[in-house]
Amino acid sequence: MADATDIRQWLIARAGAWRAMVQNIELLRSQRHATVDEALGAVEAYRGLARDLATARRIAPNTRTTAGLESLYRQLHVLINRRPRGGLAAVRALLAFDIPNATRELRARIVGMAMLMGVSAFAGWWLVATFPTLISIFASENMIEQVEQGHLWTEGMINIMPSSILSISILANNIVVSVLAFCAGIFLGLGTLYLIAMNGLMLGAAFAFVHQHGLARALFEFIIAHGPVELSVICIAGATGVALGESIIRPTLGSRRDSFQACAHRVAPVLQLCAVLLVGCGFIEGFISPDKGFPMASRITIGVGYWLIMWALMSGRLFAKEIED
Amino acid sequence: MTDDQLTIRSVTGVDLTVGLAGPGTRSYAFVIDWHIRLLLAGAWLLVAYYLFNVPLTLKAAGALWSVLPASIIYFLYHPILEIAMHGRTPGKRMAGVRILSRDGGPPSTVALLLRNLFRLIDSLPAIYLVGLSTCFLTAHRVRIGDMAAGTLLVLDNAAAEQSLLRMESLAASSRLSLEALELVDQVLERWDSLEAGNRGQIARSLLVRLNPGEDSNALAQMSDINLRAMLQAHLGSGVALNHG
Repeated sequence: MADATDIRQWLIARAGAWRAMVQNIELLRSQRHATVDEALGAVEAYRGLARDLATARRIAPNTRTTAGLESLYRQLHVLINRRPRGGLAAVRALLAFDIPNATRELRARIVGMAMLMGVSAFAGWWLVATFPTLISIFASENMIEQVEQGHLWTEGMINIMPSSILSISILANNIVVSVLAFCAGIFLGLGTLYLIAMNGLMLGAAFAFVHQHGLARALFEFIIAHGPVELSVICIAGATGVALGESIIRPTLGSRRDSFQACAHRVAPVLQLCAVLLVGCGFIEGFISPDKGFPMASRITIGVGYWLIMWALMSGRLFAKEIED
Repeated sequence: MTDDQLTIRSVTGVDLTVGLAGPGTRSYAFVIDWHIRLLLAGAWLLVAYYLFNVPLTLKAAGALWSVLPASIIYFLYHPILEIAMHGRTPGKRMAGVRILSRDGGPPSTVALLLRNLFRLIDSLPAIYLVGLSTCFLTAHRVRIGDMAAGTLLVLDNAAAEQSLLRMESLAASSRLSLEALELVDQVLERWDSLEAGNRGQIARSLLVRLNPGEDSNALAQMSDINLRAMLQAHLGSGVALNHG
């Protein structure tokens, strides 16, 4: 054990270096970019501080000096482990590699979710077609009244609020549904399955109901421009949720928590794309879908075209070649 | 190592120790942030309504400049500020905590986004009951969002560095051992907040330990001011003034 004078002398001798480190940390933290010399200087300081901390822990445990060194060491650790800002290159890598890789991993689950939604929609259709009164479970009284009077509930939308506000409220709602489909995967995937099944059931029930009142074509006309991508995105978000649930049920790493965390990070790029796609859907649904001025052909073109763009982005075909070049 | 701390391996071979924030500190930071975002959103609505005459209803086009920005401030406060401030928010700064990744480094943007997405689950069924429960139950006191993101909420004591530099000047001007120096410094630091009888007793017992030859009867007769002056004398003349 070092004596009191030695410890004091050591503290006085090293304090100059610590003072410089505190100033350097402040400086580097405030800068967006550091030079190579600054970065190497920080790494060297980190090594020196590690030696000092080890000494302090040995000769003066549970003191303010050691606590101060711990704090300095922690801050320098955070600073030298700071990730570089990717900028445009990071976006390209996301589009060319991360999203396509995650999509490949999710392919079977996406198909599964689409089938679940399809089967649920068929069930919803059958239920309302067979027992028409059951529509009260799926639709509000106001909606039912409007359809019975020969009008779609979507007809007045543009008169109630401006298209811009309508778009934003729709896209916010869709993003929340998709995020919920993803996050509900935490309940071993069951929450996600419930959400997707309910969405399908409501879609089928609504179509059956409007069909009974001769409005099926009008509803189709309303949803065809935004629906293909919107419904696909909900299925894709559902697939990420199921993957999340599966990572807990059948962990691929050492622990369930690690597996859950790794899975969330792997599928996150797909969710980022889904959010962007839903912004597009919101604008189509707010500006194009309720506007009677758009003929069916242009609506179908927009719907199919947007859906193709979505799959091109998800497969990575739009950007993989650019990266190779 | 206690449950309050986590040891993270470093490339230097000297492990990094981080203090984990518990549910109390988390809630404290959240409540501060909640007030800030509520006030900011409310302030925006008032400015929009009174200064720019923008209606506060979703049924008017002006809502783009009133309700929408206020909603963005309220709902996107955490993700935007956590990304911009590298894992901190004003509330977290005031509560002395910050977000770190499990390797002790700063969290990535994706991790911060994931952490915030799971607020939907953590906030269920109300008042963050799920999140708080998992904080109590998990080893690292994390909520589900932290588990998904691979992040931790750690104590960030910025004052510790200042005390480190202060110790240097104390060590230069005093002949006491480091432990004794810190003890005297802490007593003097808290002198005014201590009750007079207690601080006199602590000072006398400290002075006897620092100076075994000290006459305890003389110390017992000594006034509060004199006791304080004697402790300050042990720290050295240059620094003692800081506590004066």
